[in-house]
Amino acid sequence: MQARVKALETVLTEKGLIDPAAVDAIVEAYETQIGPRNGAHVVARAWSDPAFAEWLKSDATAAIASLGYTGRQGEHMRAVFNTHTTHNLVVCTLCSCYPWSVLGLPPVWYKAPAYRSRAVIDPRGVLAEFGLTLPAEKKIRVWDSTAELRYLVIPERPEGTEGLSEQQLAGLVSRDAMIGTAVASAPGAAA
Amino acid sequence: MNGPHDLGGQMGFGPVAAEKDEPYFHAEWEKRALGLTLSCGAFGAWTIDESRHARENIPPADYLSASYYEIWIRALEVLLDRHGFTTAAEIDVGHKQMIAAVPKRILKADMVASVLARGGACDRPVEAAARFAVGEKVRTKNFNPETHTRLPRYARARIGVVEAVQGSFVFPDDNAHGKGENPQWVYTVVFDGREIWGVGADPSLTVSIDAWESYLEPL
Repeated sequence: MQARVKALETVLTEKGLIDPAAVDAIVEAYETQIGPRNGAHVVARAWSDPAFAEWLKSDATAAIASLGYTGRQGEHMRAVFNTHTTHNLVVCTLCSCYPWSVLGLPPVWYKAPAYRSRAVIDPRGVLAEFGLTLPAEKKIRVWDSTAELRYLVIPERPEGTEGLSEQQLAGLVSRDAMIGTAVASAPGAAA
Repeated sequence: MNGPHDLGGQMGFGPVAAEKDEPYFHAEWEKRALGLTLSCGAFGAWTIDESRHARENIPPADYLSASYYEIWIRALEVLLDRHGFTTAAEIDVGHKQMIAAVPKRILKADMVASVLARGGACDRPVEAAARFAVGEKVRTKNFNPETHTRLPRYARARIGVVEAVQGSFVFPDDNAHGKGENPQWVYTVVFDGREIWGVGADPSLTVSIDAWESYLEPL
């Protein structure tokens, strides 16, 4: 593929159809700016500011945009909140729809057939492979991103985090917790 | 279409292979594949729905054995050829041979930040009122078009409940084939796991899809 993609880029460049510096700029943006720290910021704000959490529930696109996270694959956002009784899990069985603006580019497993096929039929089995065993009484809600809405899971705030700053709270929120294949970390444990 | 992309509920793919500290890219060409796909998308020659359809048209054996960025590149080559920008022969040779079609725009480096931040919203107003209301029971239609659709196979001919009216959006089944945006209302429809998977389904499971209005019929 290396040679094929190089040839494609050469042809497009010779025709003046692409600017190789634009390709560089796209890669740099997704390697350095647009990643899961954006989403962790959103979650930490929701945990610390009830008014923001309510805004997220009613208009996630606008609430998230107020923190500066907008754009490609985040045009239409919906936040789904884990509770004591329900755990949320996000998948795209048809391709790999994913909220790039808050989580960056998806990991390979999210795009791979194993996850896309099983998340909707055997979510507990999938979660167990991520090391997450939920109590049997907890309901599992799977969101299949079949349209242009992109989902962000808001994990439950861990106990013992009352005195933490927003930045410290964000450190407890992993990418996987915002997809639903993990929960937020306890303070003192790595996210 | 009932292509290899429509994976919900298929079996045999094994465990999820999560990678610790996964890098954003596993090879240099993957970076270029991302950047080229987004740059060529900026031509304005095709829609995201047409590009999804190009990916799902890859033959199943190839689709399932390709990495995701490889799927992107295979589809991108099809789209570039279809719209007169490059040919397979040119890519085989690695040099320009033909005059290309003229794109609506060419993405330059100084445009990238604003283009990524703006994205491409696909909600569109419609004049008709929403046909279904929150709390209403609906049945998804049973159809198997050879063309693009975003109603997964596992969720066809199933009874669910409208949980939210999400607004009106470009209709992919038309938009993928150059038939216009023809926006429709989109609903989050939630199904009990047993309605979809039947005997042996996880009793604690509910699954939702976001369904365009023409995918649904009243009960």
